Amino acid sequence: MSVHQTINLDSLQEIVERHGYNKNKLIAILQDIQAVYHYLPAEALKTLSKLLKIPLVDIISVATFYRAFSLTPKGRHVATVCMGTACHVRGAPKILEEFERQLNIRRGETTEDGEWSLETVACLGCCAIGPVVVVDGDYHAHTSIRKVPTILDRYRK
Amino acid sequence: MITMKINGVEVKAEEGWTILETAKFYGLEIPTLCYHEGLSPYGGCRLCLVEIGEGPRAKLVSSCTYPAEEGLVVHTDTRRVVQARRMMIELMLSVAPYSKVIQDLASKFGVTRMRFKIRNEECILCGLCVRMCEEQMDGKAIGFQNRGYQRKISTPFDIRSEECRLCGGCIYICPACQLRCQGPQAETAICNACLTLEPSCLDFYDELQCWMYDAGRCGTCVREKK
Repeated sequence: MSVHQTINLDSLQEIVERHGYNKNKLIAILQDIQAVYHYLPAEALKTLSKLLKIPLVDIISVATFYRAFSLTPKGRHVATVCMGTACHVRGAPKILEEFERQLNIRRGETTEDGEWSLETVACLGCCAIGPVVVVDGDYHAHTSIRKVPTILDRYRK
Repeated sequence: MITMKINGVEVKAEEGWTILETAKFYGLEIPTLCYHEGLSPYGGCRLCLVEIGEGPRAKLVSSCTYPAEEGLVVHTDTRRVVQARRMMIELMLSVAPYSKVIQDLASKFGVTRMRFKIRNEECILCGLCVRMCEEQMDGKAIGFQNRGYQRKISTPFDIRSEECRLCGGCIYICPACQLRCQGPQAETAICNACLTLEPSCLDFYDELQCWMYDAGRCGTCVREKK
C-alpha cells in the first residue's frame, strides 16, 4: 500500500475545526476524511470520537450504514459500475465482468498495487445515458465492453 | 388526563403514556419482546401491535411507541392483530429457533408451523442489548452495524471494546442467545413442547390428587389406565 501508508491526524483536526466541532455534521466530516485518506482509517475514527464526543459505536454505525464510506483502504482510482435496472438491461453485468477481467479483481475489491477499486451502485439517477460507469467522479455515458480499456487507459499514467 | 377506548372499555391515561403503558395499567395483556420497563421503547419486534381506529381506516401500530391520544379507539386482539403477531413470531423463529423465549411465545400464541428457511443467526436485532449497554450500564460498547440483511450487533471493528466492562448486561437481557430451547427438531424449527401446559393426570388416580378434583372424568387417565 504505497498511497496511504501514514495516517496524518493533523488534517483530521483541521477538518473537524472547519465544521466547528458540530456533532450534526458527522456525515460531512466523514466524507471529508474519506476524501483525504480514500477510506476511513480506524485511528481517525477513534480520534474523531474523542474530538466530537460521540461514542465510537455510533460513528461506526453511520460509517457502515452508507455504501459511500469504506473502512478498508480503497484504490487511488475508484471505478463504479451502475447496476440499476436501466443500465442492467443495456448490458451493465457484461461491462462489470469486463472490468473484473481487465483489472483482475472482483467487485468490491482493490488491486494489489492499490491503484484501482471496483464498485457497483444500484442507480445513479442518470438512466438516459446508461450504461454508466463513474471513475473518480467522471461520468462515462453509453459505455460498452469495447470502451472499457479506453476508460481505464485514461486514468493510467 | 386522556380518555380513550381499549377493547370497548373507556380508560384514562396520563399525559405522556403510551398505549402499552395504559393497557398494562388496566391489566390488559399485550405481548412484548423488545420492550423493557427500564429502557427506551424501540418498536422493533412488532409483537405489541394493536389496531387503532375503526373500519377501513384501522391500522396496525406498535403500542410500545404510540402515545396515548384523546379519543383513540384501540383493539388489542382483533383477527388482524393476532395474524400479524403470529407472523412476527414465525419470522423470529426462523432466525433464532433455539431461543426459549421465542419458542415459548410460539407455544403461547399457537404458532404451529414455520414456513421460512432456518437461518439460525441467534439474534433477532431487537436492540435490547444495545439499549441496555447505553442506557443502564452507560457503556456504549456495542451498536448496530451495516444495513439490511447484513445488519448485525457488534463492537467497533469486531474487537473487544475499550468501553466494555464485561458487566454482562447485554447477555442478561438477550431473549435469543442465552436461554436454550431443547425442543426444536432440525426439519421443523418449531418446538411446541410447551403447548400442552395443563397438568396431566397423576400416577395415582386418587380423587384428591386430581387437579380438577374429578378423577377419571376428563378422560385423560381413563385412557392411560387401560
